[in-house]
Amino acid sequence: MAPVSDKTNNGLIGILPVLLAAALFAFFAAQIPAIAAGEVLRWSMPWFPSQGIELAFLLDGLSLTFALLISGIGTLVLLYSDSYLAGHPQYARFALFLTSFLLAMLGLVLADDLILLFVFWELTTLTSYLLIGFSHEAEKSRRNALQALFVTGAGGLAFLAGLILMGFAAGSTSISEIIAADELRDHAAYTGILVLVFAGALTKSAQVPVHFWLPNAMAAPTPVSAFLHSATMVKAGIYLLARMHPALSGTPGWIWTLTILGAATAVFASLQSLRQTDLKQALAYTTLMALGTLTLLLGQDSGYAMTAFATFLIVHSLYKAALFLVVGNIDAATGTREVAQLGGLGRSMTLTAGAAALAALSMAGAPPFLGFIGKELKYAGALAADAPVLVAGALVLANALMFAVAGVVALRPFWLGSAADLPRAPKERSWRMLAGPVVLGVAGTLFGIFPGPLQQALVTPTVAALTGDAANAAELTLWHGVNLPLLLSLATFALGLALYAGHRPLRAGLAHTLGMLPDLDRGWDRFLDGLKGFAEWQAARIQSGKLSFYLAATFGTVAGALLVTMLARGLPLPAFTLDGFSWAPAAVAALMLAGGVLVLLTRSRITAIAGLGTSGIAISLVFLIYGAPDVAITQLLVETLVVVLVAVALLKLPRLPAPRFRPGAAVISVAVGASVSLMLLSVLGQPLDLSLTSYFEAASYPDAHGRNIVNVILVDFRAIDTFGEIAVVAIAALSALALLRGTKGRTR
Amino acid sequence: MEPFFAIAVGGLAAAAVYLMLSGELLRYIFGLVLLSNAANLAIFVSGRLTPGAPPLIPEGAYAPAGTVANALPQALVLTAIVIGFGLFAFALVLTFRAWTTLGTLEGDDMRVAEPKVTK
Amino acid sequence: MNSLILSVATRYLTGLLLVFSIYLLLRGHNEPGGGFIGGLTGATGFILQAMANGTDRAREALRLPPEVLAMLGLGAALLAGLMSALTGDAFLTGQWLFLGAEDGGKGLPLSSVLVFDIGVYLVVFGAVLTLVFEMEEHI
Repeated sequence: MAPVSDKTNNGLIGILPVLLAAALFAFFAAQIPAIAAGEVLRWSMPWFPSQGIELAFLLDGLSLTFALLISGIGTLVLLYSDSYLAGHPQYARFALFLTSFLLAMLGLVLADDLILLFVFWELTTLTSYLLIGFSHEAEKSRRNALQALFVTGAGGLAFLAGLILMGFAAGSTSISEIIAADELRDHAAYTGILVLVFAGALTKSAQVPVHFWLPNAMAAPTPVSAFLHSATMVKAGIYLLARMHPALSGTPGWIWTLTILGAATAVFASLQSLRQTDLKQALAYTTLMALGTLTLLLGQDSGYAMTAFATFLIVHSLYKAALFLVVGNIDAATGTREVAQLGGLGRSMTLTAGAAALAALSMAGAPPFLGFIGKELKYAGALAADAPVLVAGALVLANALMFAVAGVVALRPFWLGSAADLPRAPKERSWRMLAGPVVLGVAGTLFGIFPGPLQQALVTPTVAALTGDAANAAELTLWHGVNLPLLLSLATFALGLALYAGHRPLRAGLAHTLGMLPDLDRGWDRFLDGLKGFAEWQAARIQSGKLSFYLAATFGTVAGALLVTMLARGLPLPAFTLDGFSWAPAAVAALMLAGGVLVLLTRSRITAIAGLGTSGIAISLVFLIYGAPDVAITQLLVETLVVVLVAVALLKLPRLPAPRFRPGAAVISVAVGASVSLMLLSVLGQPLDLSLTSYFEAASYPDAHGRNIVNVILVDFRAIDTFGEIAVVAIAALSALALLRGTKGRTR
Repeated sequence: MEPFFAIAVGGLAAAAVYLMLSGELLRYIFGLVLLSNAANLAIFVSGRLTPGAPPLIPEGAYAPAGTVANALPQALVLTAIVIGFGLFAFALVLTFRAWTTLGTLEGDDMRVAEPKVTK
Repeated sequence: MNSLILSVATRYLTGLLLVFSIYLLLRGHNEPGGGFIGGLTGATGFILQAMANGTDRAREALRLPPEVLAMLGLGAALLAGLMSALTGDAFLTGQWLFLGAEDGGKGLPLSSVLVFDIGVYLVVFGAVLTLVFEMEEHI
């Protein structure tokens, strides 16, 4: 998306979020000394005390590293967006989405409670959905945003199940307690927890085979891609795995799942990346590669691997955010992101080019950049792994490909070719759009040359959080002497140079080979189409639109459910005796039934009303006989009103058609009647619990000062029920009033 | 006496359901009235039947004298009757509106919300 | 309905039924009666009026629109429920005041429960009359 007006920023709406993010960054930076000294900061308050769930937050090395990356890169990205989307009519919305996402992400990495963690997890899913679909006028944008939401949302559901299972297994939802207790590995539910947590983490972090949503998420404006795919969204899964590392790692299931999926993702993504001709797509796949590498490293246990994880996490966030922002600059300056069209930008966009060079060299892993240190540590970690050849091989291949991609993406457009056939003449961007790439690129360089402070402030505390001991951290330095990792580095450079030199023919070959793999993205579309087709088929079947069918289905289900339940449970039928039988009630019951049957058989409306009235009055007599004068009076009055109202309505309504025998309806109604009788009989066969009634009888006069127990129940003991009931009556009257007085229908 | 009423209630419910399944709204409403009567009676009967002793506390006493009818189902049924009346009146008005607007009382001909799919 | 007898009789019956319905309401806590029955009985008086002399006359006699009465009743019931907040009891807990109570007698009992029952009375009375009047007028 290109700038849409000649404004250079968005005024207050542009700058406020930047200040907020910067303040957060400053706050977290101020915590560095305490965390570096080995402290773990906690803050909590009760949330759902009955469930033992707390609003608990925790700040240790791991959280702090993430929090600093999120707030720091967030600051730069927000500043960048202010210029990139200057004058965008919906900038306020954009800033709101991005800031909410930033806060959700911070909450996620700070949460110290499984349920709280999940809430923030889902918040990041939702806000990233809004961000990816920000250009909602574009069909593609909406589709891709929805895809990201579905995939990560489905993972989120599995994740929730995993968290609940974990909470049950550990007997607590507090993350620090679970880690301190450290007894999940021996629990019977361990495998289940692992599978479900992996399902959540690996979908969120886009590992093969559910990687396809991430490159599609590039439909978002470039600063969003820079933010989501460098430090945040996709790293949420990584963060989760890292957070759970102390409690879950070390078993064959953990090691092999993460190693194999991570390696597969890293290699597959690097190959895909080299194949892309769109700069942003190429970067998207390098993000996948980085995620694969991080997953792979988390599969291991050694101090080297953990140090490599902490370092590469920072390295990648720095250079990837810088490169995305650089691509945004190129896009905004030239109007294209196609590799083939770009060239010779170095002269007109010196600062962008410089920042791009620093970031790209870090990504390529060249000395003296932080990327080099990260790569050396990765190799050292790989050599300490259970399967050194597999891990190191995958890493060498992935890094060599990364080296080639760095050349293609970040060096070639600036230093090779000519600017001749560009859509627009390139021009350097504003300082807001330069601050991000320059600061991030320079940071990567400085930390490479002077790794000491970074090690002290973030890497060692992170390793301490992961392994429980700061002494496990390996030293960050450019020169380890001549050793195996250095040799692997040299091999990487050689392979990378060769790949870069041959990247054009290679691209063609890759396009052909990878084209033969199943296209999961299109498979996703087919899956959705199939789901929709099934829904349509099912809706057409179930929702025929015929009211009689719905009614028959409803009553049939009622009868079926009642009968099946009663037959399955056995019927405690009472002995059917004629003790206490008397003729008066029997006659009244017969009258009641006769009234009903009369309504059934007649086609005269007057006869039907008479039948209704007869039946109702008979029931009122039943109430009277069995000691319920209040109910009897109410029934009598209501029955009178029913007859009056029906009589009024019948003046204007058509005559009844002659009744005809309907066998289907007869079967259903006999089934309903039989099940009601059986149910009532089996209720009568059970002993009656009179404790409530006894309480009401005993308390009615002494406590509630009333002699009519029924009335006392209505207006005192169960007054809140009555309150709801009179509200229903009032609403029914108002609705009828609205129906009759409201818009005049076509009167016939 | 209760089992006898249990069977009568079932009979009334069967008649009510048969009416409601007729497809004509007027018979449906008649069925609705009968069904709510049957439901009320079912609740009343399941609280057991005690002839001739309403749940009242005599003047000067603090509790009912001897066994009286179960007060709880009476309270439930009393409000249910009034609510049933509200529902019935609303359904009747709705039927009338349907007649003036759609010109039919056949439920299956009312297809504004779910028109016939023409394929 | 043009019936002279009904028309004349109604003149007295409406008032009589109204008084009787209030009697039923007030004694309801101790004898058969109460808000539901009272409301229904009171409504029948005005329905008779509407049938004999038309709903216009009935509405005139009622002064307030019946739907307003129903809402006032709902408000009264809510108010009765909130009275318990004064003593810190739960919503709808009965609050009692016995005027002139002495040993063995409770005097004149005034209570939030009575206010609640009056609310029930008004809701039933108002809702039934709303339904009947509207149907008489629009059908």
